[in-house]
Amino acid sequence: MKTLPKERRYETLSFLPPLSDQQIVRQIDYMLAQGFIPAIEFEEDPTPDCHHWTLWKLPLFDARTSNDVLAEVRECRQEYSNCYIRVIGFDNIKQCQTVSFIVYKPGTGTMRY
Amino acid sequence: MVQTKSAGFKAGVQDYALTYYTPDYTPKDTDLLACFRMTPQPGVPPEEAAAAVAAESSTGTWTTVWTDGLTDLDRYKGRCYDVEAVPGEDNQYFCFVAYPLDLFEEGSVTNILTSLVGNVFGFKALKALRLEDIRFPVALVKTFQGPPHGISVERDHLNKYGRPLLGCTIKPKLGLSAKNYGRAVYECLRGGLDFTKDDENINSQPFMRWRDRFLFVQEAIEKSQVETNEVKGHYLNVTASTCEEMMKRAEFAKEIGTPIIMHDFLTGGFTANTTLAKWCRDNGVLLHIHRAMHAVIDRQRNHGIHFRVLAKCLRLSGGDHLHSGTVVGKLEGEKGITMGFVDLMREDYVEEDRSRGIFFTQDWASLPGVMPVASGGIHVWHMPALVEIFGDDSCLQFGGGTLGHPWGNAPGATANRVALEACVQARNEGRDLMREGGDIIREACKWSPELAVACELWKEIKFEFEAVDTL
Repeated sequence: MKTLPKERRYETLSFLPPLSDQQIVRQIDYMLAQGFIPAIEFEEDPTPDCHHWTLWKLPLFDARTSNDVLAEVRECRQEYSNCYIRVIGFDNIKQCQTVSFIVYKPGTGTMRY
Repeated sequence: MVQTKSAGFKAGVQDYALTYYTPDYTPKDTDLLACFRMTPQPGVPPEEAAAAVAAESSTGTWTTVWTDGLTDLDRYKGRCYDVEAVPGEDNQYFCFVAYPLDLFEEGSVTNILTSLVGNVFGFKALKALRLEDIRFPVALVKTFQGPPHGISVERDHLNKYGRPLLGCTIKPKLGLSAKNYGRAVYECLRGGLDFTKDDENINSQPFMRWRDRFLFVQEAIEKSQVETNEVKGHYLNVTASTCEEMMKRAEFAKEIGTPIIMHDFLTGGFTANTTLAKWCRDNGVLLHIHRAMHAVIDRQRNHGIHFRVLAKCLRLSGGDHLHSGTVVGKLEGEKGITMGFVDLMREDYVEEDRSRGIFFTQDWASLPGVMPVASGGIHVWHMPALVEIFGDDSCLQFGGGTLGHPWGNAPGATANRVALEACVQARNEGRDLMREGGDIIREACKWSPELAVACELWKEIKFEFEAVDTL
């Protein structure tokens, strides 16, 4: 029997081992196939009631491939390596946000998964 | 202008069919349409029985009255416009009735049901009667505000996207003290669930008064939220003996800052439910709806009201979540039929589809959607099927499947959350959850000891009871 350690989480896909770039690409492929508009958000110390993380540039309206999006994730990761980063997606038909998943956690070494 | 009436008042009993069976009638866009499954008494012709249904659920009385002469019956009467034999059934008929819009008060589910499922269900010429479906005309839908928030606004409040939500009903359902109850909630939430839930029969009993429960639960929510960094909630049941008491509990829930409360819409009643839904909209509190008593009403194939009608009525009355069955769990419900009314709960426009029990095309005219809740008898091995069947806009609730984990609530919650996210990831990567579901769960067991233990306890159980609800 084990006691569950206290761990901070960051919503969708945060209970999985950190995603590799290849896994991130596959999630973005799915999003683009659904017709959603991708965007990247980052925040240094997000709290649960923090709905708006800071937007990286603008939503990537012109992204055609998942690699276009991944390139932006990498750039964001480089510039804000001390921040949490998530990829989000908008559905402009339903007029709402539909996707959000964590792609980078600083100091991930301390997490079990 | 006075309309010319034929030959004064003639007392007596007339065949209903003369007035209420009008097969040539083309329903108007503004008519409320209903489909009944009707079993006439032996010897009663279906057209006469169908006309009686239309009459008894609208303007008709068993005998002619002189005051009929003071109104325009044609403007107010319900009309049976079609009768079809039910395929494969002896002496059962689908009877379609059109009701003029003016028969109903704006914004009142109570009024609609009082007409449609009132006296007519005890009518002697019928052996049995079941209301299968209602088409609410857009003109009537627009008099309702429906769910206090709806699915997409709820997601924005909770900051949770691209996956089903996870919940759990706290057990044992009766007899815990408020403090012990709060601990069970805390352990579930810190382990990774989004919500926990009061069982429906928890109101305010001697062993745990509502105010104590609310306070200990809120402490659990806040503590788990700080520790996990995710938004958490617990459906605080405000169902009570009077509307005043219900509102008092709702006000208190809001005061202590809880995000979601709960109501039992059938035992509490539609008037109370609509009142609470309006209050929730005005006060920014989400509303979870339980459905105790539904099986009394919807279980018989030939008598009562189908759940799809109750679900549609709830969408009008208002609720952000509604229990809809699991399809895969221990409770009954056939997949196509269940997904038919799940669509009616959450989509904006649903086409007629008899194979899924949908008798009428329903346009909800942008009324917010209700999130279906799948709860009862499900565990980690069901996760792939649940994600595949219900999709992202659903709330999956594992009661025993969380609390029954050998290591306790928190690891049980983690096991469910890991299984859920593994399934979501795999689905998005293009894997077939129905075929590869077992492999996906087993792969995740390799790195999640919490899931591995859960998988060992429950094994790949299959539930194969034949469903009662088929067409």
